[in-house]
Amino acid sequence: MKHTISVLVENEFGVLSRISGLFSGRGFNIESLSVAPAMDPELSRMTIVTTGDDRILEQINKQLNKLISTIKVLDFTSEDFLQRELAMIKVATAPEDRAEALRIADIFRAKVIDVTPKTYTIEITGVPAKIDGILELLRPMGLKEVVRSGPVAIGRGAKGVNP
Amino acid sequence: MSLTGSQILLESLKLEGVDTVFGYPGGAVINIYDDLYESSIEHVLTRHEQAAIHAADGYSRCTGKVGVAIATSGPGATNTVTGIATAYMDSIPMVIITGQVPTQLIGNDAFQEADMCGITRPCTKHNFLVKNVADLAKTIKEAFYIARTGRPGPVLIDLPKDVQVAITDFNYPDQVNLRGYKPTYSGNPRQIEKAAEMLLQAKRPVLYVGGGVNLAAADDELLKLAEQTKIPVTTTLMAMSAFPQRHPLALGMLGMHGTFYANMAVTECDLLIAVGSRFDDRVTGRIDSFAEKAKIIHVDIDPTSIRKNVEVDLPIVGDLKDVLGKMHGYLNQRVGLVEDMVESTEEWRATIDEWKERHPMTYRQTKSVIKPQYVIEKISELTEENAIITTEVGQHQMWTAQFFSFRHPKSFVTSGGLGTMGFGLPSALGAQMAYPDRQVIDISGDGSFQMNSQELATLVQYKLPVKIAILNNNYLGMVRQWQQMFFEKRYSQTVMELPIDFVKLAEAYGATGLQTSKVEEVEDVIKKALETPGPVLMNFNVSREENVLPMVPAGKAINEMVLAS
Repeated sequence: MKHTISVLVENEFGVLSRISGLFSGRGFNIESLSVAPAMDPELSRMTIVTTGDDRILEQINKQLNKLISTIKVLDFTSEDFLQRELAMIKVATAPEDRAEALRIADIFRAKVIDVTPKTYTIEITGVPAKIDGILELLRPMGLKEVVRSGPVAIGRGAKGVNP
Repeated sequence: MSLTGSQILLESLKLEGVDTVFGYPGGAVINIYDDLYESSIEHVLTRHEQAAIHAADGYSRCTGKVGVAIATSGPGATNTVTGIATAYMDSIPMVIITGQVPTQLIGNDAFQEADMCGITRPCTKHNFLVKNVADLAKTIKEAFYIARTGRPGPVLIDLPKDVQVAITDFNYPDQVNLRGYKPTYSGNPRQIEKAAEMLLQAKRPVLYVGGGVNLAAADDELLKLAEQTKIPVTTTLMAMSAFPQRHPLALGMLGMHGTFYANMAVTECDLLIAVGSRFDDRVTGRIDSFAEKAKIIHVDIDPTSIRKNVEVDLPIVGDLKDVLGKMHGYLNQRVGLVEDMVESTEEWRATIDEWKERHPMTYRQTKSVIKPQYVIEKISELTEENAIITTEVGQHQMWTAQFFSFRHPKSFVTSGGLGTMGFGLPSALGAQMAYPDRQVIDISGDGSFQMNSQELATLVQYKLPVKIAILNNNYLGMVRQWQQMFFEKRYSQTVMELPIDFVKLAEAYGATGLQTSKVEEVEDVIKKALETPGPVLMNFNVSREENVLPMVPAGKAINEMVLAS
């Protein structure tokens, strides 16, 4: 089962390798990982999407907590949470496809952020499934390049990661 | 007070109560060694950095204090890795200081540069690269705190050369504040009560005790609880000295080379109380049939140990001294119920006694050739189990666990988790530094001994009266045993073709060498070694193809043992 885990860590030298090394060393999966400074500039916040059965997920949570650099771990999966991912999609646009590409972007409330004679670059934000959706519709036109941020997550209401 | 980085290091070590360090100098730690020249801290110069780590490890295992070792950058530092991994697997508190190239050269592939924080990340509890001398004192404070608290472990401090000479005001912090590190010491009282209730209901309970009992110094609480409830106790390799092995409740070791009765008791029990143990694969054998009739209580200070390998009915996270003490206290208020429980488990103990009689720990004694087990029994007897015993890894290590009747806490120093050959001699050196007046004996094999035999020089230089007993079969015996049992006796690369003259080797270093191939001389050789001052190496040419039994073949359940005939 897919899990989205937020990890608050010390914003210090080598902390990313501690987290990623933990996953690779113990054979856990990382589907995506995003990192940026947290509200408190001394901390970083990571959002990790991973998969595994209950036993593995329990180990992932415990092992993350065990790291000295980890302040807090929150497995959102069983919680009410919001998840967003950003993608930039460079799609080939033959003259006959240009109108259709714009319509698709419009339907998904995406934005065209760069235009060249042969391509559109589309920016889209949403849950990962929404990004999968637009990619599927654009694919027949010819995807030149796709970059996804991996999802970030935040709890609804009082539920949160801040210490 | 303004001090240089290396002076801050040494002053901080003193404030942490460190009086002995093990190490090896080099270019990137030359400033530290310059300050050590006039320091009150005793430095022991080993002949290899790996040995320095094992020595600090042995020092820690028999004292409970944090072991400290120093090595230079690059090859000096990478030589420490096996030692650090050994300590990490057995949760031994250590602080390792490695030199590093100057900060402005880091990442430049400078001479003797190695990324030690990168290399040791998976085998340390934590590690630090100190880039600013102003952070040094705080870092050392944190390193010692992390090493010795919670589930202990090795912590590495990588110290660039320019930080060692930089000057700053020295203030050693008296407190540590690590937001992400707050180990749980006090066990949840509700859980402890529940555990005690489960214990009172049990008909066939067993205590399965691991190295955590040494680390928590909870041997006393364990003994009290066991005697109060008359629950039989089986110990892992790491815990052989945590419970007196001649005690009527002692079942000896369990697992791959465990006793028949320990493995049967675990297989048949209805309540398994795992205490500071981690269900290692060498203990459980086939995991789905391990203690399959039992409810399991698991007490451990490290939450990741719980439910890692097996499902647990009742987890308790906490310090063993605290949890076992509270459990004993709770039961003390229910004397009547405890008496009932002791009575209703009478039959269980009788069953175990029958198992003990049916298949005791044994070997076939001969007159013509020395049996390795016999040597170990004799050492046990002649030292009255007062010695600190270290081992290397292999057959001799298993025989020591099986045939030495440990009775003092922290008197057995052995590499359990990582299984590091070459551990015994340097760790004996460390133990002897900690206890100059106690007898320290390294029980060794001829293969393992040659992995760190250079430390004979250190023993002689520091006049450390360590005794070494090599059970010499001219084989890498444990691998040979597997080849015999599972690979049709194809002894691929396990025959040590060149017989070493270990007596001459000892003498070359200035130690005493003794040897025998005769059964009737074994006792005399041991006595003579114990009486001879200084380091003595005993070479026993033993029965070459003796096997360690019982043995649970890989992938089998622990009650499917190959037994000694």
